[in-house]
Amino acid sequence: MFRVSLSFLAVSLLCLGLADIEITTLDPWQEMRRIAVGFLTPDVTVLYSIREAMLNTVTFAFCGIAVGVGVGSVLALFFHLTAVRLLCAFVRAIHEIFWAFLFLPVVGLNPMCGILAIGIPYAGVFAKVYAEILQEADQKPLKGLPAHTGRLSRFFYGVLPVIYGDVKHYTSYRLECALRSSAILGFIGLPTLGFHLETAFREDLYSQAPAMLYAFYLLIASLRLWVKPKLVLVYVAASFTLVSTEINLRWDNITRFLGHDILPWPMRRAGFLDGSGEISFPAGQVWQWAVDIVHTEALPGMWNTVVLTQVVLAGSGLFALIFFGTISRHFVRRRRFRGLSHYVLIVLRTTPEYILAYAFLHLWGPSMLPAIVAILLHNGAILSYLTGQNANLVRLRMDSARGKANRYFYEVLPRVYGQFLAFLFYRWEVMMRESAILGILGIYTIGFFIDSAIADDRVDKAVFLIGATALLNMGIDSISQIIRRRLRVSAGTVFTCQE
Amino acid sequence: MYDLENVSVAYDGAPVLKGISLRIRAGEKVVIIGPSGAGKSTLLKKLYDLRQAQSAFIHQDYALVPQLSAFHNVYIGRLDQHSVTHNLLNLVKPQKAELLHITPIFRAIGMEEKMLDRVSTLSGGQQQRVAVGRAIYRNSSIILGDEPVSAIDPHQAGGLLGVIKNSADTVVLAMHDVQLALAAFPRVIGLREGLVFLDLPSEEVGEETLADLYRRD
Repeated sequence: MFRVSLSFLAVSLLCLGLADIEITTLDPWQEMRRIAVGFLTPDVTVLYSIREAMLNTVTFAFCGIAVGVGVGSVLALFFHLTAVRLLCAFVRAIHEIFWAFLFLPVVGLNPMCGILAIGIPYAGVFAKVYAEILQEADQKPLKGLPAHTGRLSRFFYGVLPVIYGDVKHYTSYRLECALRSSAILGFIGLPTLGFHLETAFREDLYSQAPAMLYAFYLLIASLRLWVKPKLVLVYVAASFTLVSTEINLRWDNITRFLGHDILPWPMRRAGFLDGSGEISFPAGQVWQWAVDIVHTEALPGMWNTVVLTQVVLAGSGLFALIFFGTISRHFVRRRRFRGLSHYVLIVLRTTPEYILAYAFLHLWGPSMLPAIVAILLHNGAILSYLTGQNANLVRLRMDSARGKANRYFYEVLPRVYGQFLAFLFYRWEVMMRESAILGILGIYTIGFFIDSAIADDRVDKAVFLIGATALLNMGIDSISQIIRRRLRVSAGTVFTCQE
Repeated sequence: MYDLENVSVAYDGAPVLKGISLRIRAGEKVVIIGPSGAGKSTLLKKLYDLRQAQSAFIHQDYALVPQLSAFHNVYIGRLDQHSVTHNLLNLVKPQKAELLHITPIFRAIGMEEKMLDRVSTLSGGQQQRVAVGRAIYRNSSIILGDEPVSAIDPHQAGGLLGVIKNSADTVVLAMHDVQLALAAFPRVIGLREGLVFLDLPSEEVGEETLADLYRRD
């Protein structure tokens, strides 16, 4: 365990040396002061003008979750099939923003795009986690059922009650994630909160962005007050009704996209030049097209993505090892202080890393630095929170080590380290997805090249690059699995941490 | 009812029952005793497999659904005899007919006021009573039970055993508490190392025989 940790740390330091880190803005301190003042003087009048965006953020999230839960539950039942597992891993490996890129040309900038962008990857996630919950569910109750009980009755009496708590817990956690996803989809033009945040940042409206962020925190914090199991169906139905007026799905768009736009350019060139739109198959040229993209965009983009990922993997791990103590009763006696750091961690966790990165980019100018700090803070906060909670479960005896350092290294850290590593490796793949999309903000991870391809209306290239990213991600996911198995660490409460 | 001729059962190649022959007639009340690992549970499972449809089984670990109420856990005993729609309706809201049917059972097992409580909130002994209630509700001609009163305090166990015995025509239980078993059942089968060591009317089982059955060597 120790050796693995050290080697990851070494790799990460190496990557840090390779990463391009600099501050290019003329006066970051001045900028920072303005932002701080903005956070202290939020302009609440802006809230009135973003009410529709807030509503959209919520409705897209509910519809997306509904699609994800519906499709995911069915897939979970067939998760033992390798094909289903691979399909789920594949759709999970692509970030919501990339999915939105893919749907933009098909359905346009409308709710459908947002709903599918959330629903599809979430279906993959739900399938996996629900299948895990099913698999780990207590089997004893089933044994007590009469031998010839029908399948449905078996499910509703012997399975559903047993897994219900876990399923509810995980699904409500994902609702929070869906709201984050929904919000940041605004950054690429959908009518959610991110759209207005982007405008506020871009136009230096320092008091507006914080007001919107505060509203978002309130929304997340209030979830447990108004999202009750009995009302969820009502919300979902209402959300679908609200968005249904704006959805227009045109069949010819879909067929054009699938049958034409995503095909490699060399296949379409001849038809394009003579105006017939016909498809040819010049194998040599297609190969050359693929080799060119791999050489000039996919490989450099993936390389930078991996470099960034490794830096933030170790970074957020270190962050968590330093800060988990601040919410643990073994290190901070005063409840009030623990509460305070708890809130700080929650705010960091709730702020989507994309928004953090956008703010830091504004502060420091383009380099890997904003992305590193953003992903590190977001994930570090999650890991600190989970590890801190575990640390609080540790019961120290009356004769345990005195002194905080002794207690940390001898009593607490050894007991929580295994699970901490499991959490960290679970998040590895998440961090890689985040590293990939932050390219959209101008650092040369794969997202940069995908964003440029979309901007140039080269859907074929974007699809190719997104596919490559997905494969990279699936690779990381399986390496993480192998390492976790080797180290025999497991997160236990897996679903509070996954994805 | 049961006519076993030289029955052997092995798990992973290790023999558990080594050629058992025994006959149990309909209407008999039989108790199986013997040291741990003698094959009592295996024999009970064998009997269950022979007459699944007519049997109710009380599991050693209760096999309850902790998240459901005691009422629903008892109702599970007849899941196979109701339609799916009825099962689902009853899951959402206990149906009147079932309440009428099941309430007396809870009275019999001494759990009337806990009927609608979640099983996870019940004590071990109370959970075991629910498992017994489920077997009674099944209303089958045979009840098989693996240590069905092990978690009940001694001066109530006898009463519960009586309830079980009166709830089915044929009853076969495995028990650890030998004195209780001898007092409650007319016929005793003693298993030792996968073989029938004794099969006698209770009053003929003496201290010496028991010492032999449980001796360590």
